[in-house]
Amino acid sequence: MKKEKWLFEISSETKLIDLNLKEVWQYRDLLMLFVKRDVITLYKQTILGPLWYLVQPLFTSVIFTLVFNNVAGIQTGGIPPFLFNLAGITTWNYFKECLTATSDTFKKNEQIFGKVYFPRIIMPMSIVVSNLLKFGIQLLILIAFYIYYAFYLGAVIRPNEYLFLFPILVLCMGILGLGLGMIISSMVTKYRDLTFLVSFGIQLLMYISMVVIPLSLFQEKGVEWLVMYNPMGYIIEMARYLLLDEGNVSQFGISYTIISSIVALLLGIVIFNKTEKTFIDTI
Amino acid sequence: MTKDDIILKVENVSKQYRLGLVGTGTISHDLNRFFAKIRGKEDPYLKIGESNDRSTKGTSEYVWALKHINFEVKRGEVLGIIGKNGAGKSTLLKILSKVTGPSTGAIKSKGRIASLLEVGTGFHPEMTGKENIFLNGAILGMTKKEITSKLHEIIEFSGCERYIDTPVKRYSSGMKVRLAFAVAAFLEPDILIVDEVLAVGDAEFQKKAIGKMQDISSQAGRTVLFVSHDMGTIQSLCSKLIVLENGRLIYNGKVKDGIINYLSIKSDVSKTRLLYHKKRSGSRTALFSDYNFSYKYENNLLIEGVNQIPSGALVYLDLVLVNKTKLERDISITIIVQNVSGVPITSYSNIFTLNNLYLKKDKCKVRFEIDDFNLTSGEYFFTVVGFDNQNKFDEIENCFKVDVLESNYFGTGKYPKQKRLGNVLSKSKQYNI
Repeated sequence: MKKEKWLFEISSETKLIDLNLKEVWQYRDLLMLFVKRDVITLYKQTILGPLWYLVQPLFTSVIFTLVFNNVAGIQTGGIPPFLFNLAGITTWNYFKECLTATSDTFKKNEQIFGKVYFPRIIMPMSIVVSNLLKFGIQLLILIAFYIYYAFYLGAVIRPNEYLFLFPILVLCMGILGLGLGMIISSMVTKYRDLTFLVSFGIQLLMYISMVVIPLSLFQEKGVEWLVMYNPMGYIIEMARYLLLDEGNVSQFGISYTIISSIVALLLGIVIFNKTEKTFIDTI
Repeated sequence: MTKDDIILKVENVSKQYRLGLVGTGTISHDLNRFFAKIRGKEDPYLKIGESNDRSTKGTSEYVWALKHINFEVKRGEVLGIIGKNGAGKSTLLKILSKVTGPSTGAIKSKGRIASLLEVGTGFHPEMTGKENIFLNGAILGMTKKEITSKLHEIIEFSGCERYIDTPVKRYSSGMKVRLAFAVAAFLEPDILIVDEVLAVGDAEFQKKAIGKMQDISSQAGRTVLFVSHDMGTIQSLCSKLIVLENGRLIYNGKVKDGIINYLSIKSDVSKTRLLYHKKRSGSRTALFSDYNFSYKYENNLLIEGVNQIPSGALVYLDLVLVNKTKLERDISITIIVQNVSGVPITSYSNIFTLNNLYLKKDKCKVRFEIDDFNLTSGEYFFTVVGFDNQNKFDEIENCFKVDVLESNYFGTGKYPKQKRLGNVLSKSKQYNI
């Protein structure tokens, strides 16, 4: 008897990496529709609508400038503190949104995951993409202030000549957020404790990610170890280096960031795949 | 592709669930599993576990919702899956639709599977009907192009044209169901899984839905897996049937025999002996002590000891009486049937038939043969009353319950389902004069 050809097989055994890219590609329309859903439904029935995208980073930057630069006296090199903070916060927000939203994947979509099958990874991927849109809008406001500072206030600021590498940095950030988010979301299905950890952990992480305090200050005070192993710290520092030509970028920082992003993504895929098959029984 | 092509193969599939609270002890069990795995051993918790009988208390906290399920489905077949609540039907469908994985075993498929587990999953209330058609279609596995080409038909089938650009949150619940089913109806999977979704919605919607399913299987030659408690629909739709009981496959074959097999699974109403019934009245010079139902239906096979009887069956109700006085005498017995609202529907008695019933010295058995059991589907409660010489010696109110099941009473496959059509089936003829 000839060996029968099956379109697919569902079995109890789980392969370590079981990411069916062909299948994900088949569902690409779903990914885009999820993005569309996220974008058009977020600010439905609000007056300001997408303007809310801008309010958040602006107000945060104003407060941070007042507290950390005016009161605490943190030096930002030759860069206007407001711009320094805005650049940091805009970049940080993208990572934060990606991580917090993806880490909720299984719990939030329990209803729909429990009824129909589609490659589960579509969901976290759609989050990363829809946040990219939001990030783009926030970048526009950063550019607006950039121009305002440069031309009206005559501040001496200029982007670095490697600015064209900025998309790669964003990609790195997306991958890192997606990877970590998938790891956390998989573990949340069983241990709900992690939800609490994520919400305040990310707050704490911000302070050691060079969002408000530049790397140079950490080095100056001799507490570089506090931020040395945080890939997000390097990403923020690099973002500011590219946008404002301010900050320290080391070869170690670059390679460490890239490697840890890829490791996080691979690990995320492995754990996510293992979980997606049976999470509906434990959640 | 030949007609005998096997499109879906289920091999030795089992599914284990853990009962009770998942939480405490989860880490320790996980660690045990992990250590077993790195030593190259099998999951230690897969060796234990009991069959999944909901009503009896077990000792293990692991149960098998499904155990060693094997079957094959051929292309174009409509496979019915029946079983009592908790038999494992939905678990099986969940595994087939890849929502959850099996604990052991494998499923092999040659076609795309789509499930209609619950219509309307994934609707976003803030989005318009049209936007939701696209989203829902994509969730069910259609591409944007496919949906665009069918959009007009989908909207027409749903009958929600006027509301199509309004957010779904403004829809009535009926409209949501219509829209959702319309999307699912235009799916084109090789295998379609349907789980009792047809139970919701009005009569018109049900008719539409069943009609659509018939189209799918007969015209398009696609395979349908269909779960239902409705024997009438199963009989008219399915070409093959499997019966599950407590997570095991107990029948796989022809539809008619399968239904009988299913009905003969003893109903889970605990059989209390009438003798120990507390609520009774009368002089107690004789007592009803036991009862037993059996029936014959269609193929003349006698099915014993069941409380589930299809309409139109030939029913035997046997009663055992105990004589407390040692005095032999003539008696009369009346059985009153009430529906769930407590309304008396009919009665059976030898007072009207003048058949002689005789109470022997200590024990005797009496049989009621009910020729045409013409009640509509639903639950009925039976009251038994016994008289000797105008004196009531025993009466037990609502002493047992019978589940009447839908059947092909009229021989046409049609059956009155609405409450307002009454509790009694009557044969009649209609013609022009």
